[in-house]
Amino acid sequence: MSSPAQRLSPFWLSLGVVAGLYLFFLVAMLVATAGYSSPDKLWEALGKREIQHSIVLSLITCTVTALLSLLLAVPVGYLLARARFPGKHWLEAALDIPIVLPPMVMGLCLLILFQTPFGQFVENLAIRFPGYSLGPITLPRFTLGPITFTYTVFGVVLAQFTIGAAFAVRTMRHTFDHLSARPEDVAMTLGCTRAQAVWLVTLPAARRGMFAAASVAWARSLGEFGPILVFAGATRMKTEVLPTTVWLELSVGNLEAAVAVSLLMVLCAMCVLAAVKWVGEEV
Amino acid sequence: MIRFDNLSWHAGTFRLEGVSFSVPAGSYAVLMGKTGCGKTTLLEILCGLRQPAGGRVFIGERDVTGLPPGQRGIGYVPQDGAMFPTLTVREQIGFALAIRKRPQEEITARVKELGEHLGVAHLLDRLPQHLSGGERQRVALGRALAAKPSVLLLDEPLSALDEELRDDLAALLKRVQRELGVTALHITHSRHEAAQLADVRFRMEAGRVVETR
Repeated sequence: MSSPAQRLSPFWLSLGVVAGLYLFFLVAMLVATAGYSSPDKLWEALGKREIQHSIVLSLITCTVTALLSLLLAVPVGYLLARARFPGKHWLEAALDIPIVLPPMVMGLCLLILFQTPFGQFVENLAIRFPGYSLGPITLPRFTLGPITFTYTVFGVVLAQFTIGAAFAVRTMRHTFDHLSARPEDVAMTLGCTRAQAVWLVTLPAARRGMFAAASVAWARSLGEFGPILVFAGATRMKTEVLPTTVWLELSVGNLEAAVAVSLLMVLCAMCVLAAVKWVGEEV
Repeated sequence: MIRFDNLSWHAGTFRLEGVSFSVPAGSYAVLMGKTGCGKTTLLEILCGLRQPAGGRVFIGERDVTGLPPGQRGIGYVPQDGAMFPTLTVREQIGFALAIRKRPQEEITARVKELGEHLGVAHLLDRLPQHLSGGERQRVALGRALAAKPSVLLLDEPLSALDEELRDDLAALLKRVQRELGVTALHITHSRHEAAQLADVRFRMEAGRVVETR
């Protein structure tokens, strides 16, 4: 749409009308929800102990999930973007399973997995770190686990991670696809190993994509409901996150509180979108 | 000296077979050939970025066929410069020395020396996105030369530049190669470039390399 003639042509006008109608529909939905309640009632709802717990738990679990998703998405995204190996298309398809499966089914699959001997083994796993002295730094001895996932906060994170990580992997793959491998090759001729070249040249260049991947995982986790409900439950003050709160408040007819929490989630989602756009990477 | 000895490489239906030729030490060699005939593949095999199916590659008297790229003593300048997007010109030129953990004073001195030699001393604090095409290629050349390689490999380094800039940079390449005494292998499509630069010319045809006049 570079010239006035193009802007005014029926073709561009009709496309603009379609986009405008869809935007109007989205804005109307949000405005209607925002206008449903008064600010006083919103503050009152957000002041409830259960809802405040749910807000804090959501923020913490989403952030942990986003970081874990990034830890998975960077190496897997790089592998998919750079490596050629037999069965690559099958691996790509398998990694999309969490995106195409109904979320409720994902929750059920998780629940069943943790009833199997393998799931029980994972829950009973305890990893002992013996502690090390590295010069002036001493890493203390500690034990990680056993961790119970079913109907706990760890289960909330795992349910969020199962789906959020798949979106983060897609974003990182897309990022690495758009970064030329040539600078890495040059870095290797200058004395780097492959790992050094990735660390020193590619990852700094991929930082916007990493931010976008973490943001997508964070936003996706914030809205996750089905798998959390099935796998981690909806216990107030324990595994209740924001979508659970909306559902619990709706189920007891407290529409004001459900609207207040929904608006908070809309605000969070908009902040994430704005941050991603600001950093310059499209989700 | 660069020597390819009975080199072969396959990918699908594309094949290089029995490639044998050598570039005398200290000379400027130009390799020409049609697009897609395997010139860049040959350069990447020499760099160690691809492994040949058979044959040997020598740099000087050393068989480098199994060596990783960083241990071959080469400087590589690709077509687009392949700048490191988040590093300043200073960091790009000092990269090879920093990765070898050379003292900071040595890195600073080498960056200053190359910056002045290649006419990019005033650009040292810039990021690559603020450089013109010619400046990028000068920086890529400085980056390739920083660790004092014995061999300089140039993959169509002038193809993305306008004609006037191309002549300037060609003159710079020739001067730098002469002054440093490196053996250069330069890939190009341009006869004009070959005439300007080549001590020895090669042509790649049907998966083989022949010396031409």
